Amino acid sequence: MTATATTSLQAPRRKRRLSAGWALLWLNVLSTFVFLYAPIVVMSIFSFNASRQMQVWMGFTLDWYARMVHDERVRVAAENSLVIALVSTLVSTVIGTLTAMALERTRFRVKRLYEGAMYLPIIVPEIVMAIALLVFFNLSFSWLDRLFGLQLNFGLGTITIAHIAFSFPFVAVVVRARLADFDRTLEQAAQDLGANDWQTFRYVTLPLLMPGIIAGALLAFTLSIDDFVITFFNAGVGSTTLPLEIYGRVRRGITPDVNALSTVMLLASIVLVLGSLAFQRRRAT
Amino acid sequence: MGGFAPLDRPIDVELIDVTKVFDSGVVAVDRVTLQIQQGEFFSLLGPSGCGKTTTLRMIAGFEHPTAGEVRIEGRPMGHTPPFRRNVNTVFQNYALFPHMTVFENVAFGLRMKRVPRDEISRRVREALQLVRLSGFEERYPRQLSGGQQQRVALARALVNRPRVLLLDEPLGALDLKLRKEMQLELKHLQMTVGITFIYVTHDQEEALTMSDRIAVMNAGRVLQVGTPIEIYERPTSRFVADFIGETNFLSGRVDDVERDTATVLVAGNRPVRVRIDEPLSVGSEVTVAVRPEKVQIVPLEAPGADGLLRGRVEEVIYIGTDTFYVVRIDETTTVRVRSQNDRNRLDGGQLLPIGTAVALSWAPDAARVLLD
Repeated sequence: MTATATTSLQAPRRKRRLSAGWALLWLNVLSTFVFLYAPIVVMSIFSFNASRQMQVWMGFTLDWYARMVHDERVRVAAENSLVIALVSTLVSTVIGTLTAMALERTRFRVKRLYEGAMYLPIIVPEIVMAIALLVFFNLSFSWLDRLFGLQLNFGLGTITIAHIAFSFPFVAVVVRARLADFDRTLEQAAQDLGANDWQTFRYVTLPLLMPGIIAGALLAFTLSIDDFVITFFNAGVGSTTLPLEIYGRVRRGITPDVNALSTVMLLASIVLVLGSLAFQRRRAT
Repeated sequence: MGGFAPLDRPIDVELIDVTKVFDSGVVAVDRVTLQIQQGEFFSLLGPSGCGKTTTLRMIAGFEHPTAGEVRIEGRPMGHTPPFRRNVNTVFQNYALFPHMTVFENVAFGLRMKRVPRDEISRRVREALQLVRLSGFEERYPRQLSGGQQQRVALARALVNRPRVLLLDEPLGALDLKLRKEMQLELKHLQMTVGITFIYVTHDQEEALTMSDRIAVMNAGRVLQVGTPIEIYERPTSRFVADFIGETNFLSGRVDDVERDTATVLVAGNRPVRVRIDEPLSVGSEVTVAVRPEKVQIVPLEAPGADGLLRGRVEEVIYIGTDTFYVVRIDETTTVRVRSQNDRNRLDGGQLLPIGTAVALSWAPDAARVLLD
């Protein structure tokens, strides 16, 4: 009886008639692995290579990692990257969350226009945004100089502002997705139980949005820590970040210390993205 | 249940000519006037979309009337926000906070009011005891069954000792058996705590079971307010008679009126006598409403068979305690009869077979004349 029921529930096995289709599918899978993951794997493996040459394997070593840790330039670049990432993440998370709330909860006159404009950094080619920010900062600095005698220069500040500008829309998108299926009767229940607007936000809305906010923050952090194009155009003297440092080294030839640095960044990114996904998936109900 | 509420108690909630028109132009509530007394179990009953939930939400403060006034304890509410009203709501889907434990959920209202910590824990424990959920303090809502969540929602509202408790179809999500249990439990709870309950439901049986008084609503308007007995036995409109319980409607013309009894010609000029409350003019078109269980059915060949109407049994539906007969009077008229099965006999007594010629009768008091 049970056996019959089980078999009848299974779809009848279809013959693989589309053999050309299957071949293409396998080709696709194969090329994905070859072109996407093989380079990463090769890079990671060679970061443990005891030779300076990329082409030959001379045995396992952790020298490059040890060297990296003691390298003053790497330390400075890592510090810069972290400071920029932390500040820009903090600010863009707050702005992004508030933006999401405004877009999801209120109606205002230029909402559609604002929505479109806000998502622009997600769509616009990064190089365009990089140049635009460069021109913008240049112009602003010369005006500030002329009007107030303020001498400002490119550096950590400009990079941070640029990172906030391109990462807060991502935060807004993620938080908004969570807001969209937010059960608003929960807020009404809070109000009904005597919570004013602030208390409702503090004790009900915010904790329930937290997974979305944290996911957005992790995304912003990831975007910031490995951004190259925008950072490159808006950096100044002494504001080298890790991606810029790596680029600088690669120009003088690929060495295993670059591999080691890249591997560490890769691991950090993977951890952050997985964390972000885990938070997004965590359901409140 | 459902005793008569004495009319000398103070008014807790008053709606005066309340109208709610939504932005879309839909008139959800249309000139509703109600007075709800202290300690009363008051139900708003009606089909979905009749405006009962909107009415409740206006009392809670989630919606504001387009016109008219809501008063709680005599004070006009105007645009007073929900958190400044001495009422609490039990939501249809319970709306328990998923990120808080049962204890935290129930304590929420007291925490917002900055009640001292030890008093909070004492009152929360009392409230949980009241709904028989002691020992569940550390659970999360998702770890509870529907019925338990329902009770947490009740405790969360009652712990604040509100003047009025608003309940929006709180039993709607429960299965039938649990719903029946909870109906009695709710009624019992209400009598224990003595708080005014305003209860929204579309289930007429639920309303009859629990309420002191019921307001029947349709299309944004209150059609009738009364005790369950008044609503069931003396409906004033066809809608109420039809929505609550089951009713046979026979349209006819008033033939004769003498004092408090009218003779109405129905179904091919057959005269039926009906008790009337209001004067009625001869010749007016009316509807005679009679409940299936008030109709007596006798086979024509039985000795002394005499009836108001005669017809033939067309359908027999046996439902255990009772049997329904559908009796055809003429081409356009059938009457449903609900007849209790013979309780002294194991075979349920003899059912009348299909095709039996029968006489139908009822007491003049058992039928109502409806003007619409």
